[in-house]
Amino acid sequence: MEHQAAAAARPARGHGRAARPKRTSSGKGQRAAEVFILSAPAIVIFVFFVIVPIILGAYYGFYRWKGFGQPSVTGTFVGFQNYRTALSDPAFQQAILHTFEIVIGSLVIQGPLAILFALLLNQKFKLRGLIRTLIFVPYVISEVIVGTGWSLILQKDGALNEILKHMGINGPDWIADPHTAMWTLLLIISWKYIGFAVILMLAGMQSIPEELYEAAEVDGAGFWQMQWHITLPLLMPTVRIWVFMSMIGSLQLFDLVYIIWGRYLSSTAGVSTMATYMVREGRNAGNYGYGSAVALIIFVISLVLALVYQRFVLNRDLKSDEIERKRLERLEKKRARQAKRALATEVK
Amino acid sequence: MARHTAAQASASKYTKANGYRRSSKNPWGSPIVYLLSLILVLICIVPVLYIILGGFRSNSQITTDPAGLPHPWIFANYEAVIHSDIFWGELVNSLIVGILTMVGVVVLALMASFVIARYHIRYAAAMYALFSAGLMFPMTVGITPLYLLIRNLGLSNSLAGLILPQIAFGLPQAVIILVPFLQSIPNELEEAAMLDGCSRLGFFWRMVIPLSMPGVATVGILTFVGSWNGYMLPLFVLSDSSKYTLPLGVQMFSSEHSVDTAQVLAFTSLAMLPALIFFTIFQKKIVGGLTGAVKG
Repeated sequence: MEHQAAAAARPARGHGRAARPKRTSSGKGQRAAEVFILSAPAIVIFVFFVIVPIILGAYYGFYRWKGFGQPSVTGTFVGFQNYRTALSDPAFQQAILHTFEIVIGSLVIQGPLAILFALLLNQKFKLRGLIRTLIFVPYVISEVIVGTGWSLILQKDGALNEILKHMGINGPDWIADPHTAMWTLLLIISWKYIGFAVILMLAGMQSIPEELYEAAEVDGAGFWQMQWHITLPLLMPTVRIWVFMSMIGSLQLFDLVYIIWGRYLSSTAGVSTMATYMVREGRNAGNYGYGSAVALIIFVISLVLALVYQRFVLNRDLKSDEIERKRLERLEKKRARQAKRALATEVK
Repeated sequence: MARHTAAQASASKYTKANGYRRSSKNPWGSPIVYLLSLILVLICIVPVLYIILGGFRSNSQITTDPAGLPHPWIFANYEAVIHSDIFWGELVNSLIVGILTMVGVVVLALMASFVIARYHIRYAAAMYALFSAGLMFPMTVGITPLYLLIRNLGLSNSLAGLILPQIAFGLPQAVIILVPFLQSIPNELEEAAMLDGCSRLGFFWRMVIPLSMPGVATVGILTFVGSWNGYMLPLFVLSDSSKYTLPLGVQMFSSEHSVDTAQVLAFTSLAMLPALIFFTIFQKKIVGGLTGAVKG
């Protein structure tokens, strides 16, 4: 408990240290106090509930521990055994594979569709506002409700198969059949989250200057030519951000699978994810040390993917970041000041 | 997939028939735009309508014709839910958690974003980096130790045990959305406020908060809806069913009444209603808020 509090207090103290040299005049002291008052609550709560658990999880991951008392007292230190067990467990390997299928499937299905839908809704026509609201509906509904509704619709003798029967098609067992379960999941995910992608793309399209299209039209470009040569390239920053968000979301996917397939069916139907494995083997089995180790593996996989993506794809967007620019400007000013001072002392 | 190719095929017909210019001049658009939009809307809302209409049917109607419409309309399912204390208790829990999370996130994120956007110190950039890194780690990776932390604080099985972590995990998104809004407030405005004797905090209170309302609305709506829909954290933290929020309630109800499909559908549709209404009222603000965030 004690070291958690210390960890939470650390950034605030660090900030105090950074601000101290500035307290030469009362105005600067007041400024530092303002910065402290405004930012400390957010930093403290963020560090305490987001950063500290991840650090604690790394520590718990070294123990075989049932979650009561301190792991060093009531648990057994097992070193990297939990990590070895997890990584060599075929069920977890399957879960990692499924998770990556979901990451890629979501991107491939939702990306092109979202851009097309956004193009459609970017046309000027009546009722556009209403339609934009309606396509956002699935995104607003909770995963539990989406899961409950879809699992009723997709039952073997549910509504969808009934409609298919009228069309002369014998529908599969959408949920339990391992051959179709992953496709079913991807369908539900796409249905649920594409509204967000569409809104994001729409926002991106609306920031493209109208003049570009007018100029292209003068040059005799057709509708699709314009979309291909103007909209798509200028939409890429938005697409890159969406890919990032979708990827992170897919890596953490838990609710939908857990609700529709339940604790045990998910692995037999071939849709278990890293997160459902973690909850099943960690909390539900009461193995908190093991669960924490699995969580850390998920964390590392997500972090590595995020960093690689940022380094190679997002970087050019982020480089133009204003904060970074201002930081460099200040650094330059400081250097100039230092050089001046150095010159002054030399003259003396 | 079939939907995809169909969209392409008919959309290319649309190009031949009338170009971009015609559609931008004619506010009614072409019939094909309407047709495609209609298909899109149907795909999005038919499953939702299925849940709502299913609540107006009887179990035998649902069993004999799973895809049919209510015939006759039955109101008993909805009445039973409206008269149950369980539903209202869970609704109140969800409202308390949602509103307090929203207020907490908006207030803390506004304050932190103000520092990041308007104080030109290195600490601000570090803080921005901290929160944007936080965006990469949704609750899933920290949930097991987070649950133990909440339990050690004595907050397990309490609504505060949901609200505090939700505020913490809501902050990164909120900061990312709010910072561009606060940065776009012109410096001249701040200087003018200073000349009029406003302190920096006074400027924050009197100018920044009103001017950043579009961003605040976006953050508030997204946070509220996120909290309203949250499932994983309540699943870990709450064990007493009187503390359940609606998502847990829906799940419990649907496993307890698994034979009574119509009742489950009625419960489910009433549970999604508040977030849906809340979102519909404020949805215009979301696109504006996201536009700012994406551009920034």
